[in-house]
Amino acid sequence: MTATVFGLLGAALVGIGLFGLLARPEPLLRILAFNLLGGGVFLVFGAVARRGAAAGLAADPVPQAIVLTGIVVAFAATTLAVALVLRLAEAEDRP
Amino acid sequence: MPPDGATPWGFLPLLAVMLPVAGMVAALPLGARWAERLALALMPVGLLLALGTAVAVQAAGAPLWHALGHWAPPLGLALRADGLSAAMLLAAAVVIGATAVFARAQFGTPAGAPEARAAFAFWPLLLGIWGATNLALVANDLFTAYVALELLTFAAMPLVALDGRRETLAAALRYLMFALLGSVLYLLGAALLYGVAGTLDVVLLAGRVDGSLPVVVAAALMTAGLLAKTALLPLHLWLPPAHAGAPAAGSAVLSALVVKGSFVLLLRLWYGVLAGIPGPAAGQLLAALGAAAILLGSVAALAQPRLKLLVAYSTVAQIGYLFLMFPLMAAMPDTETAAKAWTGGILQAVSHALAKAAMFLAVGLMAARIGHDRLDGLAGAGRAAPVPLLTFGLAGLTLMGVPPSGGFAAKWLLLSAAIEGGQWWWALVILAGGLLTGGYVYRVLAAGLAGGGAGPPAPRAAAPEAIALGLAILSVLLGLVPLAAFGLVQVGRMDMLP
Amino acid sequence: MTAGHLADLLIAAAILALALGVVLARQVFTAVALFVAFGLLMGFAWVRLEALDVALTEAAIGAGLSGLLLLGAARRLARTGAPVDEKPPRRAQVVAIGIACATVTAALGAAILALPDPAPSLAPMVVASLPALDLGNPVTGVLMGFRALDTLLEAAVLALAVIGIWALTPNRAWGGAPGWTQPRATEGPLALLARLLPPFGIVVAAHVLWVGADAPGGKFQAAAILAAMWLLPWMAGLAAPPPTGAAWLRAAVAVGPLAFILAGFGGLLLEGAFLAYAPGAAKATILAVEVVLTGSIAVALALLVLGPAVAR
Repeated sequence: MTATVFGLLGAALVGIGLFGLLARPEPLLRILAFNLLGGGVFLVFGAVARRGAAAGLAADPVPQAIVLTGIVVAFAATTLAVALVLRLAEAEDRP
Repeated sequence: MPPDGATPWGFLPLLAVMLPVAGMVAALPLGARWAERLALALMPVGLLLALGTAVAVQAAGAPLWHALGHWAPPLGLALRADGLSAAMLLAAAVVIGATAVFARAQFGTPAGAPEARAAFAFWPLLLGIWGATNLALVANDLFTAYVALELLTFAAMPLVALDGRRETLAAALRYLMFALLGSVLYLLGAALLYGVAGTLDVVLLAGRVDGSLPVVVAAALMTAGLLAKTALLPLHLWLPPAHAGAPAAGSAVLSALVVKGSFVLLLRLWYGVLAGIPGPAAGQLLAALGAAAILLGSVAALAQPRLKLLVAYSTVAQIGYLFLMFPLMAAMPDTETAAKAWTGGILQAVSHALAKAAMFLAVGLMAARIGHDRLDGLAGAGRAAPVPLLTFGLAGLTLMGVPPSGGFAAKWLLLSAAIEGGQWWWALVILAGGLLTGGYVYRVLAAGLAGGGAGPPAPRAAAPEAIALGLAILSVLLGLVPLAAFGLVQVGRMDMLP
Repeated sequence: MTAGHLADLLIAAAILALALGVVLARQVFTAVALFVAFGLLMGFAWVRLEALDVALTEAAIGAGLSGLLLLGAARRLARTGAPVDEKPPRRAQVVAIGIACATVTAALGAAILALPDPAPSLAPMVVASLPALDLGNPVTGVLMGFRALDTLLEAAVLALAVIGIWALTPNRAWGGAPGWTQPRATEGPLALLARLLPPFGIVVAAHVLWVGADAPGGKFQAAAILAAMWLLPWMAGLAAPPPTGAAWLRAAVAVGPLAFILAGFGGLLLEGAFLAYAPGAAKATILAVEVVLTGSIAVALALLVLGPAVAR
């Protein structure tokens, strides 16, 4: 039940994030939308992990570890995108 | 896979990944001057590792394996180098090595000079692209491959914006958004596949997935994501400004290698994980997009006013050829025809890598010599920069598919597979694409050979010119290699496994 | 329906509402504020999914550091104006995009509901193999043992991201300190926090790292806390970051991934496989690598939030 609820929430977040990414022209909003999309993907992994509860563990640790790595990589991507947007906003047409 | 999870030479592809990655990290404390030396020292080592991998794969007639930490999949991770990996590892080592030597003129740090920003960034980014490409080629786990894709993006994006002008920053931002969207869709598909099969190992997945709904949705998401990163039309819009905006050495690796990393992962997905699952219509659709890319990309290249943009649109077109192999593989599975399509597609990836790197380097030299890269002001380039113009022409032969070039061999294999498979319409596309390519290559040569215009010739840059010419010659000579040698790329084809 | 299920639905509904608020917000600043709340609630979702390690990471990085980064960015963009190189889509386009995205969600939802039951799981294999690593936390076992290559590469990704961000420095600011100058806060809650919190934060981070071997926690969470402790005095204008050319700073970012790679090669030479740990020495090796890695990740995370040097 919990896995299904959050799995479906993940599916919804993917759609919402995708919408923001395609329909909003503001770069910072696109970066936020990308993070919503990423959050949705991680929730799908989380639901898959919870469904894999076995051997005395409440969830399969492999997808959980993947999410941990994924969150850090997504954060690095966010910082790169933000730095690029700020650099572009403050660019005065000279390097 | 062997029972102990490793083959004797399995450490070769491992080193081919880890040495550039270690070099990339070490470049940060070393600083530009020593990073440059480290990168140049790693080049011959990487080339030897790629050669060794190819020889070992060819000799064994089977893929090389290395199970990390002795943990075999599904719990652990493995690297797997097959013929496709070996061929592309070689192409990557040659292109990166040539680019590194070429780039010393622009990104070298003389003794005593302070560290410049571009030089600080260039060498670790080049090593990062190399390590990430190699990782994408030998990763046998879908999440390891995801990390490879992100490494590739993070190394490629700053390269696009290296000169810091507003327009290249905007191109880099657009590229980054496309690339991030592509990898997140890929990761979503991987989550579903794990939910279906309880593993992300490519070889194990191949035996565990069927045509059920989650698998189909996962395949669609991952394919869409990888197409965005490979820049197959209509997802190509980010490519021309990004590849044309980077410095010449950057453009060379972006066009030659970065888009190929995601393409190889697409092959792993379709002919490894999903072998036999996608229907014929899916292959036809990919090839139709490829055909549109060949025709529209070539026409766009014909219309470009600037050399670098022309070469970038040529990349959009040449990527299209890669996708013609999909319906041809499906037409007559497990036959000589499928083998021809497979070899043709991979040969196209390799020969385009060499030719396009040569072309971007040559265009960069020409632009440096005459001070701009506008086609209408190219008159006299034949006198001011004869070697780069010759390089452009030779690389053009490969892109057109004129014998005896590597491009000819690739397109000939695809063409004969199309006719044998009863899909003659793709043969027409290949021929039309060759003519259009001839058109834009001729346009540049004609403009360059026209007399007058240019002032006194600038000082020659002998080593960079020789490097670019060498790459172009290699791309032509590739076609003289006996076809039997290309049997290498058939080793470990997963759609052939019982 | 139990209380737990009710909580699931309430958390999910709140997350959904916040996500919609983010993409529909008129002001970028509002969207960022909603996004930080979204990150915090996601932490609760992870607790409900029995993923405490992820919940800690989400709170520290997804809400904490991301919030710092994005709020700072929104404030700077409010001054300069955001660069917009594309026109907003027309109404018909927005509707088409909405339908396409709803289709993706529907297909994905159907796929999730159609996942096989009973679900495949590697949990039994993890439990069976964990004693070989002498660790009690299965997630740490996966990160530092079974899938250690991914973790190693991810540490390299962070170092690469620092290089990539510094590569965006304007030429005339090259060599300066990363980040922009903060007004000095001499009094008020921020100044107080910036002075009082770091010692406690460092102790908490050390604890989180230490227990990570056997309980939820580990290097990512500890590194995020350390990074925040370093960023606090900077935000309060009490301390300036070192210049990007500082040798110790660059070495600090690189030493963690390099130590991990070195450990990997040690395994290749001594045990015959990259990242293989010597029998009996697995836990000691892992802890040693984790301590160094935590420091490097903390410095890298802080530098990523700071961004490139700004022309002053």
